Amino acid sequence: MSLLHYANPERFVRLAQKLTPWLLGSAIALALTGLFLGLLVAPPDYQQGNAARIMYVHVPAAWMSMFVYGCMAVSSAVAFVWKHPLADVAAKASAPIGAVFTALALITGMLWGKPMWGAWWVWDARLTSVLILFFLYLGYIVLWSAIEEPARAARAARILALVGAINIPIIKFSVDWWNTLHQGATVFRADGPSMSTSMLIPLLIMAVAYNVLYAALLLIRMRAEIAERRLRSIRLGLEPLAS
Amino acid sequence: MKIFWALIHRDVILGIRASGGAALSAAFFALIVVLVPFGLGPDMSTLKSAGPGMFWIAALLATLLGLERIIQPDTEDGTLDLIRLSSLPLELVALAKIIAHWLTSGLIITVLAPLLAPLLNLSFSAIPVLALSLLLGTPALSAIGTAAAALGASVQRGGMVLALLALPLNIPFLIFGATAVAKAQNNADPTQALLLLGSFSLIAIVVGSIAAAASLRLNDE
Repeated sequence: MSLLHYANPERFVRLAQKLTPWLLGSAIALALTGLFLGLLVAPPDYQQGNAARIMYVHVPAAWMSMFVYGCMAVSSAVAFVWKHPLADVAAKASAPIGAVFTALALITGMLWGKPMWGAWWVWDARLTSVLILFFLYLGYIVLWSAIEEPARAARAARILALVGAINIPIIKFSVDWWNTLHQGATVFRADGPSMSTSMLIPLLIMAVAYNVLYAALLLIRMRAEIAERRLRSIRLGLEPLAS
Repeated sequence: MKIFWALIHRDVILGIRASGGAALSAAFFALIVVLVPFGLGPDMSTLKSAGPGMFWIAALLATLLGLERIIQPDTEDGTLDLIRLSSLPLELVALAKIIAHWLTSGLIITVLAPLLAPLLNLSFSAIPVLALSLLLGTPALSAIGTAAAALGASVQRGGMVLALLALPLNIPFLIFGATAVAKAQNNADPTQALLLLGSFSLIAIVVGSIAAAASLRLNDE
């Protein structure tokens, strides 16, 4: 039994229905634990004080903003090559979730930037590339909504997602080259994370919580999309009402 | 290959003769450059520091103009179906469209920009770099724009809306192009920025041709 087994939308929906409550529940439990450890237990930063605590919300959101686009690009590639029926649905369902994570990263970053840098917004490389990523998400969503027929919209959206994915590293590199002010990598470094364990643990718990939340929301949105498509084909008379 | 050249030839002629074609791009580019001092004030040192970026923004907007005529009319009147019956692979058809669009927009802008450079008080040493950066960068703008226009034509939505969606993808060229000119103006070495501009431009031409061809095939399934 392979992943193709779940390419059948009906089997997928049955499985998703069973998984969703568990995923949602564990996302909430993990987020509460992470926030408790991060906001109340972990020590304040020695330079930034309590303002640094926003990172428990901000950093995982920024990670997710890129991770979700990656998922979207991979689903689009799978849809492009193997015409997997659920891959387009997954890519479409991911986009608004990714856009919200990206907006969350931008907004929490701005809230943190005001006391730390003295400005809501600076044209720093990372801020800029996340902002561009946000625009790419919006463009992708607009393209889906601009075309009525789902099959045709899916084919167009695949191309946009893949071209965007090729461009993201280039944009990231050029913007880094252009201007950088943001602090360097703290967690993913060759010599191990330069962060106290008491701060790292809540951060990683939050990251897992965000990922599980993404999975839960993705399944819900995919089910909604599948239902919407069935509804559409019933309305068009392509499918009998009871099946 | 004969078809390839014939296609470029045809599109260039159409681009020159169409009312929204090459002349409009050039006039639009010149007008933006002329309007900049009215927005920023006539102070020569302000214009000098804003100049490189303004030239590149003007180039970016001016290349958007010709995109609607490059593919949309061909899909509407069935010309594209006839072109597709030929032996030329669709990727090369897309490349021919990109080249034709560049010849009627980017190339003209490249020639025009050095003549307009004194208006924004660009230093003399920066003028060759401005021309070179536009020569290297504008083909990429045509490539990305043509891919967007192909997507727009295939889904029968205004090509301009999709060209706007593709604008964020042009940011690297804006950065490297404007930086190269600014560096030359400050007597720094622009080679690094120009090399990066050229290499990303080559990537964009390849990706743009493939993406435009994939977009034109969209309605086959």
